[in-house]
Amino acid sequence: MPDTATQIRVQPGEPRIQTDGIKWVMNPYDEFALEEGLRLKERFGGEVVVVALGPTRVEEAIRQGLAMGADRAVHIVTDAATDLDPWTVAQALAQACQAEGYDLIFTGKQAVDDDQAQVGPLVAVALGLPQITVVIQLTVDPEGRRVRAERELEGASEIVEAPMPVVITAQRGLNEPRYPTLPNIMKAKRKEVKAVPFADLGIQSSPLVRVESLTLPPARPAAKILTGDPAETARELARLLHEEAHVI
Amino acid sequence: MARGILVATNQNGGRVRRVAYEMVSLAQTLAPGAVTALTFGAEAEKTAPELGRFGADQVVALNAPPYQQYSSDGFALAVQAVVERLDPEAVFFPATAWGKDLAPRVAGLLKAGLASDCIEVHRREDGRLGAVRPVYAGKAFATVAIESPRALFSIRPNIQAVTTHDRAGALLDVNLDVDASQFQAVVVDVKAQASDKPELTEADIIVSGGRGIKAAENFRVLEDLADALGAALGSSRPVADEGWVPHSYHIGQTGKVVSPTVYFAVGISGAIQHLAGISGSKYIVAINNDPDAPIFKAANYGIVGDLFQVVPALAAEIRRIKQEA
Ligand SMILES: Cc1cc2nc3c(=O)[nH]c(=O)nc-3n(C[C@H](O)[C@H](O)[C@H](O)COP(=O)(O)OP(=O)(O)OC[C@H]3O[C@@H](n4cnc5c(N)ncnc54)[C@H](O)[C@@H]3O)c2cc1C
Ligand SMILES: Nc1ncnc2c1ncn2[C@@H]1O[C@H](COP(=O)(O)O)[C@@H](O)[C@H]1O
Repeated sequence: MPDTATQIRVQPGEPRIQTDGIKWVMNPYDEFALEEGLRLKERFGGEVVVVALGPTRVEEAIRQGLAMGADRAVHIVTDAATDLDPWTVAQALAQACQAEGYDLIFTGKQAVDDDQAQVGPLVAVALGLPQITVVIQLTVDPEGRRVRAERELEGASEIVEAPMPVVITAQRGLNEPRYPTLPNIMKAKRKEVKAVPFADLGIQSSPLVRVESLTLPPARPAAKILTGDPAETARELARLLHEEAHVI
Repeated sequence: MARGILVATNQNGGRVRRVAYEMVSLAQTLAPGAVTALTFGAEAEKTAPELGRFGADQVVALNAPPYQQYSSDGFALAVQAVVERLDPEAVFFPATAWGKDLAPRVAGLLKAGLASDCIEVHRREDGRLGAVRPVYAGKAFATVAIESPRALFSIRPNIQAVTTHDRAGALLDVNLDVDASQFQAVVVDVKAQASDKPELTEADIIVSGGRGIKAAENFRVLEDLADALGAALGSSRPVADEGWVPHSYHIGQTGKVVSPTVYFAVGISGAIQHLAGISGSKYIVAINNDPDAPIFKAANYGIVGDLFQVVPALAAEIRRIKQEA
């Protein structure tokens, strides 16, 4: 996805953004997801496989994942012109998970480009697995094949227990993702990335949700900026909020 | 043909969040056909009169023991069963932790298109329902069409006025063929955080602090303003990262996306990731001692000044106005 510092511009007349000059990065929530997988591997052994779907540019994120410590990766390659909807993405990811095998599946709680927060649960349904979303704390019992997770609610949190395998979607606070070190970046270059053309999966890509148009937020009218004595400006601001904006 | 709208909502001891009333009000303005509210848990039936008042023609209250502890997979099966029984044109969920957990699960079971976190749902010219939803955390807005026969939406709190429709809110008994012993992910405990403040994503007014507040203990200055306004408290990311406030305060592209009537950005510079999360605010008020801070370009009102002088004066002024009113 585009770096969060990106100023979004819309391709005129089309329901998508202008992509020239954009720096592409791993979704921030996916860093928490991957980090949790790596920590479990360090504790209990096993293998961490990164699965990503998208055009050639997602190789960047895949390399970052491998440099953080993932063992190998599967890249489901799509063509750059089409943005797939969450349903389609989830079917493809679920197929790859099925092919690779899993004890746990981690995704981000949402992608901070389309902000759908759907792909994790949709993968879970496609594979017939339970899910725990927006997880900020996770305990895994590999012998008992169960997990216990804390998930964030509005002004509260809840503890959820589920059998493995389970899909976990990661929220900030779950852990502190590591930075790839230089030696690990070098090592990552030799790790396996399996390329799977999306077309080979036999998934129909007619979307269930179609983006018809994309617009930018309306510009705000020029601000009223007050300067000078703190008490006077505070009084004037309170007056404006009361008499002009009618909000207090 | 599928008709009416099903509104799924959680409740606690017979009380729902305001977003439930917002959703039934919205559904009522859109639906030919009945608006049915679906609630879960002990005392769910008690929600019926109020849900009716704001737009629910009927209420399904799943108050049996299996529905007294939330389970994403279990509740999704129940929603699926209710949908198959009532055949609604659309299903609404609140875009809250509860609804955002459940809605995609139901979408997966029904193979129905879901538009998440919508700020608008409308009737399109072709007669179907469409929606507007923020993308890139509010840096842009997407108008979306749902291509499946049934349309699912999660609705952001605070985007729809609660209106009185005086509907029956009649309790509707449905016998569901759902096997509770198959529920897999089950809530075993809830940790409430003691707070008398409104929740950020539902708050009408938010007072948010940035690195300009300099230290955890200085947050008191903002708490006082929030008290005067009846506002919720928020923060920029670094303030949460420093541990001055809980992570749940963090607003922006990688935190909470908020849409209050008024957003007070105090000692916040206005980085693009922060602005993304507040673009849905009706009014933005900036208080910052740097006249060139980018936040002033995003604001409706601003004061250039030292927050430690301005904020207490503002809190006093607001208390005075409220007293006179
Ligand atoms: C991948 C990524 C994701 C990010 N996501 C988010 C996000 O979701 N949310 C977010 O907020 N940030 C996010 N950031 C960080 C963002 O880029 C900024 O660093 C951050 O928003 C700055 O926080 P701030 O405004 O509190 O601090 P600063 O930029 O340090 O600003 C402090 C402000 O306080 C003012 N000030 C200082 N003293 C006073 C005083 N006495 N009185 C009045 N004003 C005073 C200063 O003039 C300054 O404007 C993200 C960054 C990255 C790289
Ligand atoms: N194209 C993709 N490739 C790999 N993972 C994805 C993709 N799209 C979404 N995801 C995962 O699903 C999460 C939620 O995405 P979304 O439902 O689009 O908000 C992301 O944080 C990712 O972990």
